[in-house]
Amino acid sequence: MSDRSITYVAAFIEAVKLEMDADPNVFIAGEDVGAHGGVFHTFDGVQAQFGERRAVDTPISEQAIIGLGVGAALTGLRPIVDLMFMDFSMVAADQIVNQAAKLKYMFGGNATMPLTITTAGGGGLSAAAQHSQSLEAIFCHIPGLKVIFPSTPYDAKGLMAASVRDDNPTMVILHKRMLGVRGVVPEGRYQVPLGVANVTRPGNDVSLISWGRTANDCLAAAETLQGEGISVEVIDLRTLSPLDIDTVVASVAKTHRAVVAHEAVRFGGFGAEVAAQIGELAFDSLDAPVGRVAAPFSPVPFSPALEGLYVPDAGRIAAAVRDTVARPLLAS
Amino acid sequence: MDLDPEKLLAMHRNMVRIRLFEETAGRLMETGKMPGFLHLYVGQEAVAVGTCEALRIDDYITSTHRGHGHLVAKGGNLHEMMAELMGKATGSCGGKGGSMHINDLRLGMLGANGIVGAGVPIAVGAGFRNKYLGTDQVSVSFFGDASTNIGAFHEAINMASALHLPVVFVCEHNMYGEYTPTDRAMVIADIVDRAAGYGMPGVIVDGMDVLAVHEAVTEAVARARRGDGPSLVECKTYRYYNHHGIQNLGLKYRPDAEVLAWKERDPIFTFEDRMIETGRLSREQFDQIWAEVRADIDAAIAFADDSPFPEPDRLLAGVYTEVSA
Repeated sequence: MSDRSITYVAAFIEAVKLEMDADPNVFIAGEDVGAHGGVFHTFDGVQAQFGERRAVDTPISEQAIIGLGVGAALTGLRPIVDLMFMDFSMVAADQIVNQAAKLKYMFGGNATMPLTITTAGGGGLSAAAQHSQSLEAIFCHIPGLKVIFPSTPYDAKGLMAASVRDDNPTMVILHKRMLGVRGVVPEGRYQVPLGVANVTRPGNDVSLISWGRTANDCLAAAETLQGEGISVEVIDLRTLSPLDIDTVVASVAKTHRAVVAHEAVRFGGFGAEVAAQIGELAFDSLDAPVGRVAAPFSPVPFSPALEGLYVPDAGRIAAAVRDTVARPLLAS
Repeated sequence: MDLDPEKLLAMHRNMVRIRLFEETAGRLMETGKMPGFLHLYVGQEAVAVGTCEALRIDDYITSTHRGHGHLVAKGGNLHEMMAELMGKATGSCGGKGGSMHINDLRLGMLGANGIVGAGVPIAVGAGFRNKYLGTDQVSVSFFGDASTNIGAFHEAINMASALHLPVVFVCEHNMYGEYTPTDRAMVIADIVDRAAGYGMPGVIVDGMDVLAVHEAVTEAVARARRGDGPSLVECKTYRYYNHHGIQNLGLKYRPDAEVLAWKERDPIFTFEDRMIETGRLSREQFDQIWAEVRADIDAAIAFADDSPFPEPDRLLAGVYTEVSA
């Protein structure tokens, strides 16, 4: 087995190219995805390999970009449409939320919508409040969409491939600060199934649940805590909707404690859904309330001095885990 | 354009199908048999029919919240449509969409739409598909005058122009955006002025004249099929009924005299008069069509009445497509 190491973005591009190579109905469209290869170079070399017909530069028109994908998917193509920054998804909200997500249901199941929306989320680049958000919870709230947030190069490729092949509208969120991170990635086509979480580190004392870039911070926190005698089981959800709650519940049944960590705003964040489901499905296993580590209820600040306080890091995650583990059992 | 009698009769039949379907739907809502919202198309029949008679079954259309007429004109099955309006399992959407989301993908009808202007980008997507696959199919987007004030319209029509897509934009200018006169919402009188801004041809036609609509759309469709890009056809028309529901006179936002004046130009009756005067078709032929369509509507109501409501297990069906490629 090859142990080739490539970057997260290279792995993603590989999935795009392999899926386009395998299926002539797959194409990409979006702002700057052609010759420039995407503002984050997430489509580098795609137009060079597949030509302008299949790698389409569009106007800066988010509604029309998603609409292009919706109409093309409804009539038999398998589009990948790019939204550059996740913040821009709000400009296209109608086409994503009211059209892509719902048409197949409103049409009585007669339609398929094999549309993949790609975008880049997350902070840490001093990109300020309109170019740094993690808005995944909004889309998880919409029935009909699937929401994917890979944390490793291996998953970026495999989850993207699975998303392209899925007959439902998928939103694949790449984390901007993960793009250059390297990892082992096989060369050929493969899929990481949607809706299946990954236990990335086994442990016994507490379950630490996350996704996206924060899942990596959780591994770092777990390593630190191991030195303190706390055994952390880290779960990377990989797909937020559909949510693999079974893997989470199985872990909590073993560890009896759980912390959810994410980069998005804590209030109304997807961590609240995970915590609520743990409460519903694993209440009898819990020795402490489910902890949450997330961003404060504020727009993402610009200054590095403030953004460093905003985005959760391994240190804050470790602190939250310590608190949860240290909480004494209630007297019975 | 010299059309043969069969084509003329087909146009008449489809206009009558829309008229009677809509007036029946109005009665069903009035009597509580049809739940939800109802936006009647009556008065605008010439636009849907003149357009769809210029299309093939494999051409695509997108529609509006006032969409029954577009589906009927594309060949929609009145029985399934009536059942859908009543929320029955046998409806076009299995009772999941209702009036505002009625569609038939078998006929290339990509859905009525509850969001004003939202069908326009979807039609552009279907047009992209046609060009991508190298077919000579076209897509048509129906939209009202008011939807040309929405960003999605401008984004989509510009994209169709920039990507040189085979799309025909058919504007139904019925003078009102819901309950507000269009001249309060824009300072131009003609939507076609907006086509110029996107570098595409646009024509204005009498939207009460099915032959005029047909001729203009036929030319626009031929242009799109040839690969010469998108264009816009603006049809001046009028909705007889209120934005929602079945009231037509006594509305605060429009004068009754205006309604009555437009009804003098009724698309079906003026067509009949013209065909009879010029000796191309006869009263008897028209009477037969009215009778046949009435019978079909009666059968559609019976079909819908006899159909079951969706079973509870259909609630979650179709949220996701289960089997993926």
